[in-house]
Order: sequence, then C-alpha cells, then structure tokens
Amino acid sequence: MIEANAVYVLVLRELIKFFRAKSRLVTTLARPVIWLFLIGGGMSRLVSPGMGVDYMQFIFPGILGMTILFSSIFSAISIIWDKEFGLMKGILVAPVSRFSIVIGKALSGTIVSTIQAFIILLLFPFLGIKLSLLSILYVIFICLLLSFAISTLGIVIATFYESFESFSVIMNFIVMPMFFLSGAMYPVNKLPAILKVISQINPLTYGVDALKHAMLKGSDLIDFSVATDIAVLIACSVAFTIIAGVIFERKK
Amino acid sequence: MPIIRVEHLSKKFGTVTAIDDVSIEVEEGTIFGFLGPNGAGKSTTINILCTLLSPTSGRAMIAGYDCIKDSSMVRKAIGIVFQDPTLDKELTAYENMMLHAYLYNVKRSEIKSRINDALKFVDLYERRKDVVKKFSGGMKRRLEVARGLIHRPRILFLDEPTLGLDPQSRANLWDFITDLPKKHNVTVFMTTHYMDEAEVCDRISIIDSGSIIATGTPDELKKTVGGDVIYIKTADNKKAKSEIEKIFDVDVSEKNDELFLTTLKGDSCIPEIIKAIGEQVLSVRLQRPTLNDVFIKMTGKQIRDEEISSTDTFKDEMRAYRRRFDRG
Ligand SMILES: Nc1ncnc2c1ncn2[C@@H]1O[C@H](COP(=O)(O)OP(=O)(O)O)[C@@H](O)[C@H]1O
Ligand SMILES: [Mg+2]
Repeated sequence: MIEANAVYVLVLRELIKFFRAKSRLVTTLARPVIWLFLIGGGMSRLVSPGMGVDYMQFIFPGILGMTILFSSIFSAISIIWDKEFGLMKGILVAPVSRFSIVIGKALSGTIVSTIQAFIILLLFPFLGIKLSLLSILYVIFICLLLSFAISTLGIVIATFYESFESFSVIMNFIVMPMFFLSGAMYPVNKLPAILKVISQINPLTYGVDALKHAMLKGSDLIDFSVATDIAVLIACSVAFTIIAGVIFERKK
Repeated sequence: MPIIRVEHLSKKFGTVTAIDDVSIEVEEGTIFGFLGPNGAGKSTTINILCTLLSPTSGRAMIAGYDCIKDSSMVRKAIGIVFQDPTLDKELTAYENMMLHAYLYNVKRSEIKSRINDALKFVDLYERRKDVVKKFSGGMKRRLEVARGLIHRPRILFLDEPTLGLDPQSRANLWDFITDLPKKHNVTVFMTTHYMDEAEVCDRISIIDSGSIIATGTPDELKKTVGGDVIYIKTADNKKAKSEIEKIFDVDVSEKNDELFLTTLKGDSCIPEIIKAIGEQVLSVRLQRPTLNDVFIKMTGKQIRDEEISSTDTFKDEMRAYRRRFDRG
C-alpha cells in the first residue's frame, strides 16, 4: 500500500532542502560542466576524426547521464545519513508502509536530478546540437525514467550501509565504474568482452543510449532500440523498488 | 485493562542480552517511569514497544495491539521522542511538524491549526519559521515533544527527554510533561537515569543490567529503604531527647548538635513534635529517602552521571564532514 500524503511530504522535504542550499546546486552543476568542456574539449582533438560526430556532441548524452547518476545516487544515499542522524527512525515509526518511504525517497531523487539535468540540457545549442520541442520532451521523459531507476538502485545500496564511512566505497567501486562503463565517454561496443558484459548490466548504459537516440540521430554509435532502453529502465525501477521495500520491511 | 502490557520480554544482540524477562503494565492516563543506568536496556525496550525492533522472546501489547503482528496499528497509537534527536535541522520548526503531520495522515484541513496549537503549547510558536539548527537543546526537545503529540497519540514515549539539558530547561520540560496526561489525554512512558526526575511518575520500574529489580509508586519504593528522617535543633538537646522518646516511643539519636529520628510519616510527625515540645525547638528539617537511595539499596551501586553523554557532538562533527562532501 502506498500513502500519498507520506510520499508527498518526503518529496516536499527534499525540494525545500534542495532550493534552500543554493550553493550546493552550483557545485553539483559544476561537475558536468567541467567534464563537458575540459575533458570533452581536450579529447575532441584526439578522437573526433574517426567517429563521425563531434566528440563534445558524442559525450553530451553521457554528461546528462552523469548529472543524473551523481545526483540520484547522492540523494538516495542520504538515507544513510538519515539513519546516522536518527531522522530515519522518526520516519520509520510513522504508520506508513516501507514502500511509501522508498517511493517518496526515489521520487525526491528523480525530481531533483531531472531539474539538474534539464539545466545542463540547456547547453545544447552551444554544442551545435539541434533538438525539436518533441525531442526535448522525450529527453525529459528519459531523464525522469533514468533518475528513478538510479535513485531506487541507490536506495538498495543505502540499505546495506549503516554509516557514511561507506561513502567513498560507494563512489569508487559503484558510481565511477557505472559512469565509465555506460558509453558516456566512449562507445561500449569497442570494449573487451568482459567489460562489455558489465556495461550491458549497467542501467545507466540504457539511459545514456536512449538519450543518444535524440542527440546523435542515425549514428552507428547507438547500441539498442528505444523500446529496449525504456523497457530495461522500467524493469530496473520496478525491481529495485521491490528489493528496497522488502529490505526496509525486515526488522532487526 | 492496562494500555501497555509487556510480558516476559527478552532481546539478545548476538551474545549480548540487552533485556531479560522484562514485564511491565501501565494504566491509561498515568505517567510511567522507567529508571536505570546507562546500558540497562531502557532504549531497547522502547524500540521494541514502538515496533522498530523485534524481541527475541516475549510479547508486548499496546492499546490492545500486538507490537509485532499489528505494528501499523501500534504506530498509529503512539508518539515518540527518541533519546537522540530526530529533527531535520535544515528544516524550520513548522516544517518539521508538517513532515510528521503528513506522515501520520492528519487531515489536511486540520494540519495548520494543530501545528500552531502544539507549537504554542511548547512555547515555540514565535520561532516557527526558524531552522532547527538555530535552536538550543531545550527548544529542540520541546519541539520533539510537540511533534510527538501532533497526531494525538494515546501513548507518548519519552526516552531520556532531559538528557543534556541545563537545569532550567529540565525543570521547564518537566512542567510540560506532567501536564500531558490531563491536557492531552495521553499516557506517558518515559525513561531517565536522573533518579530525582522520576518523582513525578505515578509508577516506576527500576531496571539494571536488563532485568527489572523493583516496581511500585515512588512512595512505595522509598518505603523499602526505611522511612523519613526528622532532624531537630533545640535549646537543650538532652531534655528534648528524653521528652520525645517518652511521648512518641521512638529512638532519638544526636549528631552534630542535632537530634534525629526515623519515622514512616515524617510530615505528620513534625506538627506533633512541635505541639509537644514546641517552645524548645530552634529548627526542624525533614529528609526523605530518594529514589537514588532505593537504587543503591537494590544494586549496591550508585548511578553515575558521567557515564552518560549524548552523541550529539560527534554527530555535529559528522555533519560538517557531510557538508564538505555535499560540495565535492
Ligand atoms: N544495536 C545493538 N547492537 C548490539 N548491542 C546493543 C544494540 N543496542 C543496544 N545494545 C546493548 O544493549 C544494552 C542495552 O542498551 P540500551 O537499551 O541502549 O540501554 P539504555 O537505553 O538503558 O542506556 C547495552 O549493553 C547495549 O550495548
Ligand atoms: Mg538509552
């Protein structure tokens, strides 16, 4: 059972905090911009000729994916801090189902991440990318879907940790590999077999691929169909939501 | 029927037995005090009662619902102020209250007035728009009490509500707490390691190392350590001593120029002594046994304050640490 009031207020709480900490917004947006212009700008001279598209254009979907990845994971693992500071206890004793808490947390991450991704998306004219209004709506839709999938994944991860010493473990062993093996910075179909397999079980790969459909139209750098991408993202969201809810329900 | 009924409750964490065969009954509309030193098992008991932990064995019923099987009914019936603060410090007082009002499914049309009433009750209405970060320890505690009442629970749990507060805020908070059963129609279940604070409770259980060692009203418990002591100073101690011994048939001793005698009813005994030997008396004082004396008698040891400290400072450091990561 899902309580609308509980979901609503958990999202509201996150949004209040998001807009209150404006400096945080600036710094989280700085990372994708830096990657786009410093790495993208630098690498473009090296790799561009063989690829058929401008390198900055190639990584733009990946940069949106990166924005969502970091923001969603960060929002989700704030659960660990909520646990550490006791806030989670206050929420867990309320008469709301654990699924409501998971959904509320996941939607918070989804909205906050999509807002950030949308701000980054506004850079597209400067990179020579052309998007119709319909494409922009499609991109926002994919961002929402991808954010939800990553947020629920983050919540599953967060349920395994009690304290934030785990933060750097999560960053180095989960988030960074997910980013590099998603096709964000280079095409995954040219990777060695083992890494290719990992990239194929990485939900971010499908999100980034779906974004490429809008931005790199007709390029042979796209690996899956839109239908596959969307189906995988939905499947991941449902699976992670259920897993997180079940783990939350378990008492010590 | 008692509103809280705990039967033979035990909880083991691995090899550590946190509570062992604990049984408690609390009547509706009373203040129940759960006393004991740090690590005695008070918080563990509360966590089981409020459905956050499941017991290793035994049973706990709240308002007629089983804490394990009907946890969602239990959750609706209770409000809790945990030992460690659970407020969101980045949110304002009002927003913290609102968060809980929605979580507890308070009717939307009532939310605003209920929050404002609760904030007025704990004297924080003027500060409702301030973020909780700026609040003192006492204000945070009061806000948590108000938050715990927002959904009109039948039972309010308070785990060490006065921990880390200065004496004035403690006294202040006690005034609120003793008013609760009458004003809010709520049964109070509170823990504390400050023995003197438990005086306001209707009934008390003392717990040590996971087991309950005594239960009763504060007066009943204090009687177990002997009665009140009356100290009397007179112009002529020798004469007064023999007169009192003759009239009241008790043993009177002398120490530091003062006479003293032990009796079960100190307050009614004093007027009689005055009546009998009034003109000789220079001063009288009455010393009653404290709950601390009860604890010492039961366990042979003192409850030490310094063992107990809030984890707040540590957590503040961690907050700073987190903020750095937020930026990164
Ligand atoms: N999560 C836990 N894991 C292991 N041991 C615990 C846990 N929680 C409490 N304990 C142990 O159980 C005992 C009782 O603790 P607690 O209920 O917090 O005592 P109190 O609240 O009376 O100070 C202590 O020895 C404590 O170390
Ligand atoms: Mg405790």
